[in-house]
Amino acid sequence: MSECPVCGAEITLASDTVVGELLECPDCGSELEVTALEPPALAEAPETEEDWGE
Amino acid sequence: MRIGFLHSLIRKEEKLLIDEFSQRGVELVMLDDRKMIFDLATGLEVDLVLERCINHSRAMHGLRLLESAGIRCINSSEVSRVCGDKILTSLALKEACVPQPPVRIAFTEESALEAIEQLGYPVVLKPAVGSWGRLLSKVNDREAAESILEHKSILGSYHHSIFYIQKYVEKRGRDIRSFVVGDECVAAIYRTSPHWITNTARGAVATGCPVNDELASVSLAAARAVGGGVLAVDLFETDQGLWVNEVNYTMEFRNSIDTTGVNIPARVVDYVLESAG
Repeated sequence: MSECPVCGAEITLASDTVVGELLECPDCGSELEVTALEPPALAEAPETEEDWGE
Repeated sequence: MRIGFLHSLIRKEEKLLIDEFSQRGVELVMLDDRKMIFDLATGLEVDLVLERCINHSRAMHGLRLLESAGIRCINSSEVSRVCGDKILTSLALKEACVPQPPVRIAFTEESALEAIEQLGYPVVLKPAVGSWGRLLSKVNDREAAESILEHKSILGSYHHSIFYIQKYVEKRGRDIRSFVVGDECVAAIYRTSPHWITNTARGAVATGCPVNDELASVSLAAARAVGGGVLAVDLFETDQGLWVNEVNYTMEFRNSIDTTGVNIPARVVDYVLESAG
C-alpha cells in the first residue's frame, strides 16, 4: 500500500510492479511514478521534456 | 543470458517487454539512465543492451558510451543519432533512394521564408529533434510563415532556428505506421484523425493495415537506410506511392498489438535474443 503524493489516496501496487513504472491515481488521475517497492513509494511523474519521444 | 535494459520511466511498452523477457527466463539488468554514471572505460556484464529511454539525448549518448565499452546495443547509437534528428533522417533516406516528401533546411528566418516559398504553401515546420507531433506548425500562407519563424527565432532555443521545412502532404485523414523488426515488417496500422497531425499520442485512432509488398518494401528500405534494427516507420499514401515521413527508433506499440493481432513485444524480444545469441 502506498499513498498518492497529490491527493493522499491509498494505492495498492500490483505484484508485478517495477521501479520506474508509471501509473495513474484512481482518485485524482495524477500520473505517478513508482520510486521504490520496499517499502512502496510514489512520486509525481516528471514533466515532459523537449527531447522526449519515440 | 543477461540483457541490459536501458530505460528511464517504465511505460506500457517497457512493461510489456519486461514481461516478455521474464516469460523467457531471461535475466534483465535494469539500467535507469537517471542513475547511471559512465567512466568511459568500465563495461557491463551483459550480452546486449536493449534501449528504451524516453529522452533522445540520453539514449543517443548512453548507447554510444555502452558501445565504446564493447557492448552491442539495439538500436545502435548511430541509428538513434540518425532517427533522432529529422535532417539526418532525410539525408539517410535520400542517400538510400527512399521516397520522402520534398524538404528544405535553412538556418535563418530570411532563408527559411525563401525556402518555404520555394516549396509552396502549405508546408510543415518541424523541430529537427522532437516527437509525438509536438511543436509542428502547418504554415498555410506567408503571414503565418513570417509570424512562426519570428516566434521560433526569438522565443526558442538555438535548436529552433534550425528550420526543417517539409512540403505538406494531403493524406486524406490518415497515415501509416509500420513496425520493422530486423529484416521483417511485422505489422502496420493506419492512424486516422480529423486533425492534420495523426500521431496516436495526439489522439489519432489506430486500425489494422495489411502489410502488402509495397509497404513492406518501402518500410524495410527506410529501416535499412537509417541503420536497421527495431524501428517504426511513418508513411504517407500519395499518388506517387508511399513516402516515408519519419523513422522512430524507440518505437511505441501499445495501441498496435490488439489492432494488428501481432505480439510486437514478443517479436522484439525474439530479435534481441537472436542477436545476443
